[in-house]
Amino acid sequence: MAYDKFNILTSTAVPLPIENVDTDQIIPARFLKATERKGFGDNLFRDWRYHSDNTPKEHFVLNNPIYGGKILVGGKNFGSGSSREHAAWAVYDYGFRCVVSSFFADIFRNNCLNVGVLPVQVSPEFLDTIFKSLEQNPKTELTVDLPAQTISIAGTEHSESFAINDYKKDNLLNGFDDIDYLLNIKEDIQQFAQNTPL
Amino acid sequence: MVKRIENGPDVFFIDRHLVHEVTSPVAFLGLKNRNIKVLYPERTFATADHNTPTRNQHLPVKDKLSANQLRALEENATQHGIPYWGLGHEKNGIVHVIGPENGITVPGATIVCGDSHTSTHGAFGAIAFGIGTSEVEMVLSTQCIMQPKPKSMRITIDGALNAAVTPKDVALYIISKLTTSGATGYFVEYAGEVFRNMSMEGRMTVCNLSIEMGARGGMIAPDEKTYNYIQGREYTPEGTAWDKAMTYWDTLYSDSDATFDKEITFSASDIEPMITYGTNPGMGIGISNGIPTAEAVGGGAATYEKSLNYMDFNEGEAMIGKPIDFVFLGSCTNGRIEDFRAFASIIKGRKKADNVTAWLVPGSHRVEEAIKEEGILDILHESGFELREPGCSACLAMNDDKIPAGKYAVSTSNRNFEGRQGPGARTLLASPLVAAAAAVTGKVTDPRELMELQEA
Repeated sequence: MAYDKFNILTSTAVPLPIENVDTDQIIPARFLKATERKGFGDNLFRDWRYHSDNTPKEHFVLNNPIYGGKILVGGKNFGSGSSREHAAWAVYDYGFRCVVSSFFADIFRNNCLNVGVLPVQVSPEFLDTIFKSLEQNPKTELTVDLPAQTISIAGTEHSESFAINDYKKDNLLNGFDDIDYLLNIKEDIQQFAQNTPL
Repeated sequence: MVKRIENGPDVFFIDRHLVHEVTSPVAFLGLKNRNIKVLYPERTFATADHNTPTRNQHLPVKDKLSANQLRALEENATQHGIPYWGLGHEKNGIVHVIGPENGITVPGATIVCGDSHTSTHGAFGAIAFGIGTSEVEMVLSTQCIMQPKPKSMRITIDGALNAAVTPKDVALYIISKLTTSGATGYFVEYAGEVFRNMSMEGRMTVCNLSIEMGARGGMIAPDEKTYNYIQGREYTPEGTAWDKAMTYWDTLYSDSDATFDKEITFSASDIEPMITYGTNPGMGIGISNGIPTAEAVGGGAATYEKSLNYMDFNEGEAMIGKPIDFVFLGSCTNGRIEDFRAFASIIKGRKKADNVTAWLVPGSHRVEEAIKEEGILDILHESGFELREPGCSACLAMNDDKIPAGKYAVSTSNRNFEGRQGPGARTLLASPLVAAAAAVTGKVTDPRELMELQEA
């Protein structure tokens, strides 16, 4: 599925300093009944964001007008649990292009990379610094530089590099997806299939 | 492996692919948009499970969105020539229950599904893991996915298990020690006497829960039990194909001098029946223990407090004796025949507690048939329980089987996340024995007490 290319992103950020945020929180199962990829952002963090009568929970950060931007900053082990790609779709559809955490669950990380959301893993100390900066000044901007593989807090010396493999980096920079790549090596795949033991 | 990309992921060929109605429609839509067909339809199998009602399956599905998703799966499978086992089909059931039942799951196979509990199939020595919908589309269109190489971990448990300690308890124990992210980035091999002695059903329960400590997958080396289980099933290789596969399977074992990135050892005698008290599967304790303090658990205190607030529990409280409202027996974790046998062994001769609503949901029609054939259904009925029709049901509450807000459910499923079993629902994960003990007493009860009474 096509997505916007990612290069350098400078934006304010939304802090969510909770650990082990699972994909059932990001998008509850009852919102997975669609047969198209549309409108998942409306239900991002649905049960943390809204009461059962659909009125907003004022203390949840997405309902706090002083926070906003294209970067979501989450606690350790972000995206655990269910493999539902709908979670990454919801994050993207809401308007986030980057999720920062000190640790990501594998499947969620992979799903993000496949839909154009950049997962940036930072040290626990740097994550803490980001949370503190956002608490002190909600308008703090972060700069995520994909070509240089760095994340920095604007107007400060705080900066850290992050890892991403060259292949995925190239995909995100150009808006490519894995299927384009795989379709290009279809003959290799068919040859391999002829010799599989199972 | 088809190809290795330098400083990138590996291209993996997928031997068997399972699809269900929830994570596949957008993938099929992707194929349509690219105007391509499924490359190897004979390697993909489709079942309806996540969204299906567990009552009156012969009637049209009432929920319009669910019905639409089920119809989409049927149309997509039919259009692409994929075997499809929808509602009412004799092979229908939860994707991770029907795979092994039909011989789709075999040792050494690479198996994926748009479902994190695909790790279940590792019980057969398969390389099995959950994927996202973009990857479902990759498998449908090219039979491959692209994944970085995981690190390896071996968890060894030797010794004999204590009374009333089931494979579910072993898994919850491991997760409680490693935490919900302790195996992230790893592929886990389970080794040692405890797993060697386990039935195939038990091994499936353990491997199923690998994802709950973050692992990409879990695996147990195949042995005679594995081959006996798979032989003669519909999609298991036969004749010369079996011999050829056997030659391949013989090469699968970890060398005795194999090294793992991480080695962890536990002792079987330390494990007692487990129960969870919080909102992730790592928050489990031996059932006779009290709820630990935030300090003892480590990690973020705010997160811990949020979790206990959701459960309306306090540090230091005993789990035994806590009143419960619902019991759920089922899911890809504990919805197999052995789980129903275990449940029946406790409730036999007793009555369901009046304050408990019990949902007993077999993992498949085959399991349902076995429950009837073995006389378990009669035991359930005599004790005041009824059996529902197969599906994922209250494990993720996509259908009508939702635990109401604020209510407590002892559940044999795999996740106690906030709202997992319904908005506001509070889940205590446990084994079928603990679930049965709760179902007849109306509160959290140590199953060993009831077993001793039976023996006395």
